[in-house]
Amino acid sequence: MKAEQADTKRDGSWLGLYVLAYLVFLYLPVLLIPLFSFNDSIQAAFPLQGLTLQWYQTLYGNPALSGALLNSLVIAVIAASGATLCGITVSYMDLYGRSPLAATISAIARLPILIPGVIVGISLLILVNLIGLGPSRVAIVLGHILVALPTTVVVMRSRFAAIPRTVREAALDLGASDWTTFRRVMLPLSLPAVLSAFMLAFLISFDEFIVVFFLAGTEPTLPLYIWSQLRFPRSLPTVMALGTVILAVSFIIAGTAEILRHRGLGAARRNPA
Amino acid sequence: MLLPGALVTFLLILFALGLVLFLAFRGNDGSLLGVGLTVGNFVTVATDPLYWTVTLRSLVIAGLVTLATVVTAYPVAYYLAFHAGRRRGLLLFLVTLPFWTSYLLRVFAWKIVLAYNGVLNSALIESGIWSEPTLAFLNTPAAVVVTLAHAYAPFAILPIYVALDTIPKSLLEAASDLGARPFTAFRRVVLPNSMPGVLAAALVVFVPTVGDYVTPAMVGGPASTMIGTLIQSQFGKANDWPFGAALSVCVMLVILVVVLVARGADRRFGSRT
Repeated sequence: MKAEQADTKRDGSWLGLYVLAYLVFLYLPVLLIPLFSFNDSIQAAFPLQGLTLQWYQTLYGNPALSGALLNSLVIAVIAASGATLCGITVSYMDLYGRSPLAATISAIARLPILIPGVIVGISLLILVNLIGLGPSRVAIVLGHILVALPTTVVVMRSRFAAIPRTVREAALDLGASDWTTFRRVMLPLSLPAVLSAFMLAFLISFDEFIVVFFLAGTEPTLPLYIWSQLRFPRSLPTVMALGTVILAVSFIIAGTAEILRHRGLGAARRNPA
Repeated sequence: MLLPGALVTFLLILFALGLVLFLAFRGNDGSLLGVGLTVGNFVTVATDPLYWTVTLRSLVIAGLVTLATVVTAYPVAYYLAFHAGRRRGLLLFLVTLPFWTSYLLRVFAWKIVLAYNGVLNSALIESGIWSEPTLAFLNTPAAVVVTLAHAYAPFAILPIYVALDTIPKSLLEAASDLGARPFTAFRRVVLPNSMPGVLAAALVVFVPTVGDYVTPAMVGGPASTMIGTLIQSQFGKANDWPFGAALSVCVMLVILVVVLVARGADRRFGSRT
């Protein structure tokens, strides 16, 4: 027994080192972006030149950039709201609606995971052209709802499933209608997950590039703006400054979503069935 | 309550995909939905060696990315499930965090690392290991594989971790009580039981990879053009939407086959335990 414990401990520490190396692999390339964003040279190479904030200064007063940023923010808020609304209703009806239609819709809603982005992009491009909308902000919103939908459905579904069934039954027994039960009991209980789903959908929309590439009209989103800048070597340091800001904000939002999700799960554990 | 979900799933997913399928059987006359009914697009795909080469290359690259991602992610998931202890939550957050940051920026980061005047070359020269920068890193299929394996790492870790975490610890104790050495227990108990997670991971890495066109364009060079790039150019420069739709249908067929094979494998492993 003792030998065995030593054994697992040994492989634990080897594995621990591996995990550490893996985290370095995961983060090192990404952290080069902030590193070189402060470097006083157009070339992203060692040795580092002087420290500078000039690339950050070029971010200010750039109308194309602020236009793209605003566009991305508006689209992400609307698309995330739409995807969260769909995620809540689809997963709730799937779990409690007991209709085969609801189960089918829930299965189809998770389907976009199995469709490469390029195909999601072109199929929506054909659709929006057919209905006369054409590439536009509305088209991008539709695309992003679709891309974020599997995530919001999965997040909301696991949250609803974690609420003990007895809670809903008690509300129904006490005379609450289905809708009242949903609005007054189930939705408030899953509020942290709703916020978490919204934030994740927001990030997905904000960062999404492959689908948006087909659906953007004259006003680019932030990733499209970055893509257009990547062609010019002179603008790379500015892209790195911009990238640093995006990374920092994404990390903060993802961290907040994670904390909210945990709080939700904690609340579920405190109310055991 | 079903309305928003039903609208999105039926109109945006099923109808839009149906449009792609329809368009794939139309001739190109420059109009939105093409003209006539034809299998000519598929005949071209089947007979022109260019499409065979590119399709095969996409499958090989996506396959290699999937293999590399799953094999390197497995030990991380294993550590999380069996050795992480109190650090589990934090580690889980750290490995998924990069997923929530811009995909475009992560690919761009690899471009900085691998470029001729880039980080890797300059670091090797600074440290005196090499005397001249090499062109061997950027614009190779290997660069595409590394970049994509990095980009999709969290997708692989999560499902494998979930599968490993649901294995009852009593199974491992039983294996060691029955005299299995740790490696035998791993091979005969842990690995087969985690196969559903491994297959799910393989699928979520393979699907977006096989249709990707961003990474091949940024770090792959002409020798790593993938099918996503061809589809994208049909809807852009080449302006032959029906043919692009036909290519998309072929990609979806390949994915369908992969999904069915994965399902079959899943069932085989499922019946074993």
